[in-house]
Parts: sequence; structure tokens; C-alpha cells
Amino acid sequence: MAAGAVQPLNPLRWLALPALACAGGALIFAAPMEALGLRLPEPIFALVPAFAWAIIRPSILAPFALLVLGLFQDLLWGNALGLWPLALLAAYGLTAVARPALSGQSFWTLWAWYLAAVMAAFALACGLTWLMAGEAPDLLGLTLQGAVSALLFPLAWRLIDAFEDADIRFK
Amino acid sequence: MSLRDGPLNDMKPPLAWLAVAALAVALIAAIAIFVADRRGAPLFPAASQVREKFDSVMGPVEAVVSAPAHWAREGVGAVSAYVMAGSQNRKLKSELAETRFYGDQLNSLRDENARLRALLGVRTDPPLPMVGARTVVDARGPLSNTRLADVGADQGVLEGNPVLSEHGLVGRVVGVAPSMSRILLLTDVDSRVPVLIARTNARAILTGDGGPTPKLAYLRTHDAPRVGDRVLTSGDGGVIPRGLPVGTVVQSLEGWRVALDCDAAPIDFVRILLFRDFSQLVAPGAMAPKTLPPLTTAPPTPTPAAQAPATQTPAPQTPPAKVPMAKAPKAGVPVIQSAPARAASSDL
Repeated sequence: MAAGAVQPLNPLRWLALPALACAGGALIFAAPMEALGLRLPEPIFALVPAFAWAIIRPSILAPFALLVLGLFQDLLWGNALGLWPLALLAAYGLTAVARPALSGQSFWTLWAWYLAAVMAAFALACGLTWLMAGEAPDLLGLTLQGAVSALLFPLAWRLIDAFEDADIRFK
Repeated sequence: MSLRDGPLNDMKPPLAWLAVAALAVALIAAIAIFVADRRGAPLFPAASQVREKFDSVMGPVEAVVSAPAHWAREGVGAVSAYVMAGSQNRKLKSELAETRFYGDQLNSLRDENARLRALLGVRTDPPLPMVGARTVVDARGPLSNTRLADVGADQGVLEGNPVLSEHGLVGRVVGVAPSMSRILLLTDVDSRVPVLIARTNARAILTGDGGPTPKLAYLRTHDAPRVGDRVLTSGDGGVIPRGLPVGTVVQSLEGWRVALDCDAAPIDFVRILLFRDFSQLVAPGAMAPKTLPPLTTAPPTPTPAAQAPATQTPAPQTPPAKVPMAKAPKAGVPVIQSAPARAASSDL
């Protein structure tokens, strides 16, 4: 980790700004863009803070921020309300449980853990959708969306790098 | 002394426990919202209202966000049309020559069709009103395939209205705000549309799964479909009118699927059919409740005292009256009932 880049843990900077950036990203990628028959991928931006916030430190506000972010996604995409809040909180919870083992790990190790968190979130969202609709979602589509979401890990790494050492009580 | 040994370290256990409690509360809230958003749940209307409000607010915002995408597409279209003008001209000429042949056939068949209709007295469906719309939000993941269109209840759009592009059926309206409406695409995992295969008239349910080609489920036929068979809406269930183009049959590893016609071009402009149900297809006057005929009763039974004059002056011949089932006969007044009416009244 780059110690020189450590910033103080201001909720506006480590919670509000990333949450707003995720909402903005979801908005932009929800535009009906299509070129040469190809459409933009639809990554789950909110998985980035769900993973990073859990590693930075335990927080009271982070779960509620994820709840709001997930509800925003559900409303934007027309999902059943509560689907993505549950998936995001599951990813956050699993990462928070594994936090003692993850803190201070290398870029690639954390990416592998991030992939596991993404898979857990997608498994839950897929299971709930299957339960509600009685029809299994398309596996290829799920894999593609999961892969695109997993590619966002460098953003999570930046967030972790900026704030992980800000609160030494939880080191 | 390091900070780890200082008084700040005392804050760690309560904050960690509070964080766990916050996660638990957020999880419970998410589960409660998820359960409340089911159809039939007591809080479902409230959730629907939240959706409507959100769509009303986000529609204009997303229209601004997606404007560059629309401009870019129009720009690319204009440039490619300019660059490809020569080849397009040749292609259009060949298509025009082909269309002339089909045009002659069409006129002949239209004439024959009109005469046969007149001969058989077939009543065809009247044209349905529709509104045009532009889509501004496109959810295209495997778990949701919806679009937000910029027309709503103010333009007469209702939940359940079918939505078409210039190529075929796109989906149906599942949520309506005053100026926006949410379209559930045929590819959504929640989408179920009754369809038929035009060649065999076999019925099936077009079932979305988030992929680009929805499944043909519950296919009932002795004649197996063939790749390339046309698929149309069947109109079963009365939600979507019959005969709208849906796509063509394709085969996959798991069975029959449908390559959608609407995928032929980007779905940025759509038409929403203002179709309510099949009662809309008949004249409203014919469906209006008719005024019941006045209650006519049989002549009163002559009493012994009144029989003498009755024998002198015969009563006029009145046809026996039938009383509608809904009307109870007056006490003491005999009525003549038809057999079904008697059976019905005995059941009552």
C-alpha cells in the first residue's frame, strides 16, 4: 500500500463520494447505447464499495449506504425491490467476516477475494430471481455481467489504498 | 506511546459491535423490502408508488444522460448513410423490383380477402390506437430486461399495454407514471407471453430468461416446429392481441427458442398499443347493459266471485309471460317460467 496517499477517514470522502460515483456510473451505463449491434456491458458498480468499505474498517454507515445504493439500482433497472441490497450486503458481510485475513494482502490476492465476493453476490441475486420467476436466469449473461463487474477491482483497490490506513484502531 | 495503546483503542469493541448491528439492521430492512414488493403483499401498492415516483424523476434525468448516445447514433447513422449511399441505392433498387412483384400479389390477395370476408360475414378487429415513445433507460442484465419510455398515463398508457418496435413485439408495460412507463422486455426472466407458431397454429408460452433468445415453453403440438417458423402472439389470455410478429424459431441445446424480430435494430423508438382487453375490439354500445324488458305478468287468477262475469265476457288472450331470473315474481301472482328458469330458481 502507498502510505503517502493515506487520507483521513471523512465519511463524505470514503462513503458518500464513492456511492455517488457508483450511482452515476449505473445511470450512464443504463443509457440505451448500441453500436454495430453491440450493447454496453452492465457492470454492478456498487460491488466496488461493498468490497472496499468492508476492508477499510467496520462501519455503521456503510451497510445503510449499500442498502440505498442497491435500492437505487433496483428502481433504475426495474428489479424486485430489495434484490440488489441483499446481494450487496451479502458481499459486504462475507468480506467483513474475512477482513482479518484480507487486510494488508497484495493486489492479486485481494482481486481473487473480490472475485469471490462478486460470485457470492451474483449467486444470491440469481437464486432469488430464480425463486421469484420460476425460471433460471441465462448463465452466459450472468457470467458476462459477473466478469465485467470483476474487472472493476482496480477501482476498489484505489479506494482501499486511499483509506485503509486512515483508522489505525482497526488495523 | 503508540495510538494503538492510547485511549482511542477503547472505542474499538463498541464500534465493531455497532457495525455488526448496523449490518444486521440493514439486512433485515432489505429482506422486509424484498418481501413487501411481492404482488399481493400489503405494502405492494406503496412500493408501486415509489417506483412510479422514481420513474417520473429519473425519466427526464436519464433523457439528458442518454442524449449524447442518441446524438452519436444519429450522427453515425448520417455518416454511414452518406458513405454507403451508392451500395444502399443498388440494394434499394433490387428491393424495389422485388417489392413491385409482391405489391401486385398483395393487391390481388387484398381484393380476394375482402370479397371472402364479405361472403363469410367475418368481423375483423378494428385498428387499435397507439402512441409513439422514446426509450431512455435500458436495463439489459441477465436479472432484468426493462426499458423506461417517455410516455405514461397522461397519454393513455395502461399497465399491460403491448409495446412494438418497427420490427415486432418488444414487450409490455408493467408500470405507469404520469409521463413515463416501464416496459418489461420479452427477454426478461419474468416475461411470459402466449404465442403461436404460424405454420402449425401450435400454442406455446414465450418465456424469457435474460438471454437474447427466449424459450418456447409448454409447446403443444404433434407437428414439431422447424427452424425459421414464424412466431406470432396468440392472443390467449386477452392481454396481448393476436397476430403481432414476435420472431422466428431457432434451436438451441435445451430446446426451441425464438430469435426476436425486434432485435433487428436498436429499440430506441417504440409504439405502445393502447389495448385493454378484447372488449375493446367490439363496439362499446354492443357491450353496454341493455335495459331489461318491462315485467309482464300473467292475468290474475279469477276468483270464484269473479268467475260469473268472466264467463260472460271472456278475458282477452294474453300470451304467457316469461319473467327474467333476476326479477322475483310478485307474491300471489302466478307466472309461467321456462324450463331453464325453473331449474335456476329451484337451485336458488
